[in-house]
Amino acid sequence: MHLVSILLLSATLAVSFTTPLQAKHREGVSDVRQYELDNGMKILVKEDHRAPVVVSQVWYKVGSSYEHNGITGVSHVLEHMMFKGTKTLGPNEFSKIIAANGGRENAFTGKDYTAYFQSLHKDRLEVSMRLEADRMQNLSLREEDFVKEVNVVKEERRLRTEDKPTSLTYEQFIATAFQSSPYHHPIIGWMEDLDSMRLEDLQAWYERWYSPSNATLVIIGDVEADKVYRMAKKHFGPIPASKIKPLKPQRETKQRGERRLKVRAQAEVPYLLMGYKVPVLLTAKEPNEVYALEVIAGILDGGNSARLSKDLVRGTQIAVSAGAGYDMYDRIDNLFLFDGRPSTGNSIEVLEKALREQIVRLQTTLATQDELDRIKAQVIAAKVYELDSVFYQGMQIGTLETVGLDHTRLDEYVTRVRAVTPAQVQAVAKKYLIDEGLTVAILDPINEKKENNKATAAKGADHAK
Amino acid sequence: MLNKILLLPLSLLLIASVSHAGPKIEHWQTENGARVFYVNAPGLPIVDLRIVFDAGSARDADKSGVASLTSSLLDEGTGKLNANQVAEKFEGLGAQYGASSLRDMAVVSLRSLSDEAILDKALDLFSQVVAAPTLPEKSFQRNRKAMLVGLQVASKRPNVIASKTFYKQVFNDHPYAIDGSGTEPSLTNMQRQDVVAFHKQYYVASNAVIAIVGEVSRARAEALANRVASGLVKGERAAKLVKVAGLSSGITKRIKHESQQTHILVGQPGMHRGDPDYITLYVGNHIFGGSGLVSRLSDSIREQRGLAYSVYSYFSPMREDGPFMMGMQTKNSQADDALKILNNELKSYVTNGPSEDELKRSKQNITGGFALRVDSNKKITEYIAMIGFYDLPLDYLDTFNARVEAVTVAKIKDAFKRRVHPDKLVTVMVGGEK
Repeated sequence: MHLVSILLLSATLAVSFTTPLQAKHREGVSDVRQYELDNGMKILVKEDHRAPVVVSQVWYKVGSSYEHNGITGVSHVLEHMMFKGTKTLGPNEFSKIIAANGGRENAFTGKDYTAYFQSLHKDRLEVSMRLEADRMQNLSLREEDFVKEVNVVKEERRLRTEDKPTSLTYEQFIATAFQSSPYHHPIIGWMEDLDSMRLEDLQAWYERWYSPSNATLVIIGDVEADKVYRMAKKHFGPIPASKIKPLKPQRETKQRGERRLKVRAQAEVPYLLMGYKVPVLLTAKEPNEVYALEVIAGILDGGNSARLSKDLVRGTQIAVSAGAGYDMYDRIDNLFLFDGRPSTGNSIEVLEKALREQIVRLQTTLATQDELDRIKAQVIAAKVYELDSVFYQGMQIGTLETVGLDHTRLDEYVTRVRAVTPAQVQAVAKKYLIDEGLTVAILDPINEKKENNKATAAKGADHAK
Repeated sequence: MLNKILLLPLSLLLIASVSHAGPKIEHWQTENGARVFYVNAPGLPIVDLRIVFDAGSARDADKSGVASLTSSLLDEGTGKLNANQVAEKFEGLGAQYGASSLRDMAVVSLRSLSDEAILDKALDLFSQVVAAPTLPEKSFQRNRKAMLVGLQVASKRPNVIASKTFYKQVFNDHPYAIDGSGTEPSLTNMQRQDVVAFHKQYYVASNAVIAIVGEVSRARAEALANRVASGLVKGERAAKLVKVAGLSSGITKRIKHESQQTHILVGQPGMHRGDPDYITLYVGNHIFGGSGLVSRLSDSIREQRGLAYSVYSYFSPMREDGPFMMGMQTKNSQADDALKILNNELKSYVTNGPSEDELKRSKQNITGGFALRVDSNKKITEYIAMIGFYDLPLDYLDTFNARVEAVTVAKIKDAFKRRVHPDKLVTVMVGGEK
C-alpha cells in the first residue's frame, strides 16, 4: 500500500523544471560533477554508462570519532534505527520499498562517517532520493523499536568482537594507542555503553548531525549529472539547513614511549599487532610524507612479491601471515599498522623481532628502484581496475569528502605515489616508525588443556621450551 | 498528472520485460578440449580471465586438503622462476593473480590491463603457472604447515566448527562432506607427490572452463584461450560425482564451546545447478530467508524479536545437490527459543507457502534488480564461468527474468513440499553457557 503512494509521488516529480539552474558546478578532473544546494548539501555525480544501473550514497559527517565515552556506539545504533521508519513510513518499510523496486541497499558506520546506499536500475534513482530525503528530516525514533534494535546491535558486537579474539585484541590495542583522540572508541561501542544507551541519546545525535549541510550525496552510474542535480534539489532542497556545531579538535596527546599490552582470550594461536602514530593526508604538514608512508605499505605488503611475504612468510618462514598498511584518508592522525601470526615453533617475540628488523632495514637501506617500479605499476593498474565498480568509486569519493578532503585529491594519487623517492621512504621510516609512537598488542591464547599440561610439567622438572 | 501516474506501471513492466538481456556470451572449444566462454566488454582497458577446473575439495578423496594445497602452490614457481620471481613479474605488470578452491571448483584468475605488451606477458606467465607449476617441496611443506595452523585457528571459531559439522552431517560419505581446509591427520600425512598427482589429473584441458571478459576482440580472445590451453595436456574430464542421498531422519548436534553466542545451522541436502526446481526454489527461498532485511526469517527473528544480527537461509546449488541451510547466531541463553522460532517458520512456510503479495514483491526485487547482476566485468566473468562450468544454457541470463516471472505461489508450495523436509533436518548448535 505504501509502495503505491511512493510510486505516485515519484511520478509527480517527473515534471520538468522551468527555473534555471543555480548550481555551483565545475568540471572535476576525475569527471565528477559537483553541485551544492542552498541548504549546504553537497552533490557529487559521476556518469558511468557501462550498465543501466546507479548507486546512490548519502554520507553524513558523523561516526565513532565524533562520540565521547559513555555514548560510544551511538552513531552505529542510530544507523540501524534509520531503517525503523519516519512520520509516514513504518519500521523496515524503507527496505521493503527499495526491494520492491529491484534495489539492494544497506548502510555502514565508520570512525568518520555514517553512510547509506542503494544500488538500483537507473530508472529507480528517484525512489531512493525520496526515501533518503524523508529519513534525513522525519525519522521516527520509537522506544519499542529501539529496545529490539539495540539487542540486534549487541548480537552484532558478540558476533564481530566478543567471540573473535583478533577483533578483541584490536579493540584493546586501539584503546591503548589512543588516549585523548576519539579513535580510542570502538565503532560498534563498548558493551557497557550499549547497555546504558537510551532513546534520547539517539534523538539528540540525530538532531545534531542529520542535516543537509552535514551530508554529501554521491551518485554514480548511468545518469545525466544535471538531471540528477535537479532531482536532488527537488527532494533535498526543501530540507532546512541547520547549524552544525563544530567538533572539538581532540588531538591525541603526545605519546612518550612504547606501550605494550596483552589480551588474554579464547584462542589457539597467538597474534601480534603493532602500530606507529602517523599523520594522514588531511593532517600532514608535508603531504609527501603521507605518500611515502603509502609506498612503505607497498614495499612491505603490496602483494606477494613484497617484503613481508617474501622474507617472513616464504624466506625465514617465521610467520604464517604478516601484513602492513594504513589508511591515509582518515580524518585525524592514525596508526601505521603491522600484524602477523607466527608459524609453528616460532614465538610471538621472534615475529616481533623480525618485523622490527624490517623497519630497521627501511631506515638504513634505500629501497630499490625495482621495488618502487612494481608498486607504481600496481598503483597505475589498480586505478583502472577500480573503474569496474561503481560502488567502490562512490566509496572513495564519499570517504574523502566526508573527512574533509576534496575528492579531486584522488586524482593526484598515482602521480604523488610515482613521485616518491627511495630517500623519502627512508626519511619517513626514520621519522615515524620509532618506539616513541609505538603500541604493541599480543593476543595471548587461553588454552586450558595446554595450561594444565604446563602446570604438570612445571611441577615435574624444568620444562624448557 | 494522470498521464504520469499511468506511465508508472508501464515503466515497471519495461524493466521486467525489456532490459533483461544478459551480456552476449560466445562459446567455443580449444583444440585440446577446453571449453571457452567469452564476452566482449569494451569500455575499460581491462581483461579478466578465469580458468575453472573440476578440481575442488570434492576431489580430495582420502587426501582431505589436497585440492586447496594444490591451488595455493600454483604460483610458487614455474620453469626457471621461483615464487618470488613469479610474484615480481605479475606485480611488476600491475596484473592481479588469484587462486581459490571451493567444493566443486578450482578457480585461477588473472586481471590485466588490455595493453597488448602487458597482457601478453601476464598471460604467458599465467599459462605457465596453471599448466606447469613446479610445486616445490619447500613450498609444499610451508603451505602444509600453514594449513595446520589454520586448522588450529579455526578450532576456536564457532562459525567454522558449526559449518564443518553441518556439512559432515548433511553429506555423510558424499565428497561434499569433505572440508577443503583438510584435517590434522590428512595434512600430517600429505606428501608433495599427492599434490603433483592431483595437479596432473585435474588441471587438464578437458576438465577446464576458460572465461574471458574485457576489451578484446573475438579473434584475440581465441588466441588468448589457445595460449592458456595449449600448455595443458588434454587429459580427461573428472568423473561424475555420485548423487547426494537424502537424510532418513533428523539429527541434532550440540557442541559445547566457550563463546557468548550460539551459532545455529539447520538444513539438509537442497538442489543442484540445472535442477528443474532451481528457479522455483530460488524465488521461494528469496521470500523465506534470501532477501536480507525484508525476508520472512529476518522479519521474524531480527525485526520482530531482536534475537540476531544475521539470520538467513539459502540453497547453495552445486554440481550435485548442495545444502539448503538456515543460519543465525544469538546469545547462549536464548538459543533454544530462537531455534524453535526458526523451525516453526520453516514448517509454516513449507505448509502454507508465501502470500501472493510476498511473491510479487520478491519478483519485483529479482527482476527489477537484474541489471545489478551483470553491471561489472568482474560479475560477468563470474557468471559466464559458472554457466560454463555447470553446463547451463548460454541464454541462462537472457531467460532469467522470464523464468522468475513464471513462478507461482502454487509452484513454490509444491516444490518446497517435495524438496524441503522439516522432519529430516540436521541441526547444529555450537556455543553454550559455561
